Amino acid sequence: MAIESVDKQNVIDQEEVLRPRMVSVEIAGKTYQVPEGITVIKALWYTGQEVIRGAGCLGGFCGACATYYRTKDDPKVRTCLACSTAVEDGMSFTMVPPFPARKATYQMADLKDPKQDLFTLYPEAPLCRNCNACTEACPQSIDVREGVWRAVFGDFKAVSEMFMDCVMCGLCVPVCIADIAPNLVALYASRAQGVFFTEKPERLHHRIEEIEHGRYDTEWKRILKMNEQELTKVCAELK
Amino acid sequence: MDIHELQKIVHKTRDSRRTQTLPKYSPAERDTLIKKYHPDHRESAYRPIKFGANAGELTVRELAALLEGESPVPDDLDLTPAHTVDVLVIGGGGAGCAAALHAYAQGAKVLLATKLRLGDSNTVMAQGGIQVAITNEDSPIQHFLDTLKGGHMKNDHELLKVMVEEGPSVAKWLLDLGVLFDRDSDGNLHVKKGGGSSKPRLLTCSDYTGLEIMRVLKDEVLNQKIQLLEFSAAVELLSDRGGACTGAVLRDLDNKRLVVVAAKTVILATGGIGRLHIQGFPTSNHYGATGDGLAMAYRMGAKLLQVDTFQYHPTGAAYPEQLIGALVTEGIRSEGGHLVNARGERFVNELDTRDVVSSSIIRECEEGRGIRTMTGRTGVWLDTPLLDVEQGPGTVEKHFPAMVRQYKRYGIDITKDPVLTYPTLHYQNGGVQIDVNGKSGVRNLFVAGETSGGLHGRNRLMGNSLLDLMVFGRRSGTTAAAQAKSIPQGELTLEHVKRFRADARAHGVSGGITSPMLFPAYAKKE
Ligand SMILES: Cc1cc2nc3c(=O)[nH]c(=O)nc-3n(C[C@H](O)[C@H](O)[C@H](O)COP(=O)(O)OP(=O)(O)OC[C@H]3O[C@@H](n4cnc5c(N)ncnc54)[C@H](O)[C@@H]3O)c2cc1C
Ligand code: SF4
Ligand code: SF4
Ligand code: FES
Repeated sequence: MAIESVDKQNVIDQEEVLRPRMVSVEIAGKTYQVPEGITVIKALWYTGQEVIRGAGCLGGFCGACATYYRTKDDPKVRTCLACSTAVEDGMSFTMVPPFPARKATYQMADLKDPKQDLFTLYPEAPLCRNCNACTEACPQSIDVREGVWRAVFGDFKAVSEMFMDCVMCGLCVPVCIADIAPNLVALYASRAQGVFFTEKPERLHHRIEEIEHGRYDTEWKRILKMNEQELTKVCAELK
Repeated sequence: MDIHELQKIVHKTRDSRRTQTLPKYSPAERDTLIKKYHPDHRESAYRPIKFGANAGELTVRELAALLEGESPVPDDLDLTPAHTVDVLVIGGGGAGCAAALHAYAQGAKVLLATKLRLGDSNTVMAQGGIQVAITNEDSPIQHFLDTLKGGHMKNDHELLKVMVEEGPSVAKWLLDLGVLFDRDSDGNLHVKKGGGSSKPRLLTCSDYTGLEIMRVLKDEVLNQKIQLLEFSAAVELLSDRGGACTGAVLRDLDNKRLVVVAAKTVILATGGIGRLHIQGFPTSNHYGATGDGLAMAYRMGAKLLQVDTFQYHPTGAAYPEQLIGALVTEGIRSEGGHLVNARGERFVNELDTRDVVSSSIIRECEEGRGIRTMTGRTGVWLDTPLLDVEQGPGTVEKHFPAMVRQYKRYGIDITKDPVLTYPTLHYQNGGVQIDVNGKSGVRNLFVAGETSGGLHGRNRLMGNSLLDLMVFGRRSGTTAAAQAKSIPQGELTLEHVKRFRADARAHGVSGGITSPMLFPAYAKKE
């Protein structure tokens, strides 16, 4: 890369380069010095730790890197995704081990009354005690408590919309005093919403039929007979 | 300079850029641009593979070393199986889950082994959507031609025809499982336009398409009680004396033990290569994207296709440092986001194919029209606030919640300010050669998803990968299950590894790196 040639003016000031600083963090009880601003997971690597359980997509989508942390002098223990959170001075953190939550199993297509079946599959769901701990634990800022209630009241549509951001990190589960796994309840409700309560997309079904009935067969024959030159020409005309 | 100072030019030129339309390059211009700037054409990054099915062919050095690498399994390993199944699926991303579900639906005994947790993969990160030709203005043929054009006419026609024709039926399969694609007000599936496509045909679930698909498939794998081994990475395949695949050796990553699995058929769905950091590029890929499937299949004698071409997604984050390599979804450009250089100019039709757009960004930066960071990176602006200007306040927030959230964590508001982007290593265009049922050249070895090759030619179109996973996941799963019914369990040997080692010696390759790599070595040694 000929970086030299880039206009000298166009350089973004970066704190970490202008004032590089090592900060003190505490990982699972031990203190380490790491560069300020790197992500929590990079801090783990920086201190020489292999991370296997705890690393996944590295992009904030899979929820593998659920972490508890606390900032300097603040008693409040918070949650974050380690791949998407920067370290700061005095932070202390530990990755969250897998939690043995119970997932109900079901054959979606065989359900008769999915809104009622929720209570057989997750009988604990209506026992929510409104403590709001799940909402506070959610690194995706989902109103988890509200979601549990909506599910219980059968508003699966709202649940499916609220939980589209859910990365299934499971942080809302161990905190629940009613032994509810809100993310799993929401997943069930969202899937049921899709299977039972959304419109059938006409156009898609129409297209499937067209293909089955060979609507494109003649055109396929014409296209597949072409040599590379002819095909290139057809493709070049696409807009 | 303060970043906001540098961003001013983007705000200032926004109005004048709005009325401008940039033509796409002609085929000849595309060729010249790509040859000059695309990383695939940086000769020094390449070398010939020394031996094996692709001997003499060029690939990037990082991959060549892995393909020629040393197996971690000793010749004399006790091959008494811990598990005996009909179908072993290796990899728990989209392709692996689809394959496992379809194989299971055929009544096969299925084991799914995956390196991380189920679903921790590239699939979970797909934001842009899945291409399916469903509108009246569109057809499977249009989809075929667009893909061919994007792939520089090098796609396998047979595979491609199958993919575009089965798109609508896999979309239905996903809907029937409860995947919530975005809808129009009349209940039809909403379609968006993707880069390199002549018609809008991207189905989306907000900007969480991969997450939504993965959540549902994972749930379904668990509901069907398919046998699952997480944190179990395949490190070697097994063969009978005739060279057919008969199972695999896994490494249990918790206790480091090797676990032998006997299987009548094996489906490799281990995904891509981003974490090899080819040519030093940052990547958008997940932690386990280290090309394991390529290395294992190659040792078995499978032929690879087009492993000299990779996709560098035009808009990887180039700032802030915490987000380096992460994807800024193409959806932003699909909805009209401009790419803008340091002078406030647009320089490419943003919806041209990825190789063209990436090459042009590299050109801007190399010719001094980029923006530099103090950590030595360069990039160009992606004008995200433009979407709110064009389509009304709240558009970015509503259409790209994941993007907004990702930047917000570092104090950046992409609804107000443009973001700095530079190409990031994104996708392996080629892979193991397969037929329409996912069969590789090795008997009883199937390959599905990003690990396979041929379908996408020399450049994959946006949204075609998710479709690939679902179509060929289904085909390989179904076929592998059917095939397993008609054959006995073959003998478990490491004959192919012995052959491979002898071959390596004969070509003077020794003391190579151990492969598969499994994970990049990020932990600092000291
Ligand atoms: C950030 C991002 C955004 C994308 N956006 C889109 C999009 O919008 N539309 C689109 O169509 N495509 C998109 N793609 C591409 C697409 O998501 C991937 O190509 C596709 O998901 C690959 O699916 P896969 O099942 O083949 O591999 P993956 O989903 O990566 O799954 C592979 C699995 O195999 C496991 N594995 C790896 N090695 C081993 C081993 N040795 N043993 C056992 N298991 C192993 C991995 O841990 C992983 O679980 C995107 C990709 C990325 C990275
Ligand atoms: S709802 Fe629960 S599982 Fe989902 S992101 Fe929030 S805390 Fe994680
Ligand atoms: S943590 Fe449990 S009890 Fe508390 S609000 Fe959430 S679901 Fe209800
Ligand atoms: S590793 Fe996937 S969310 Fe952090």
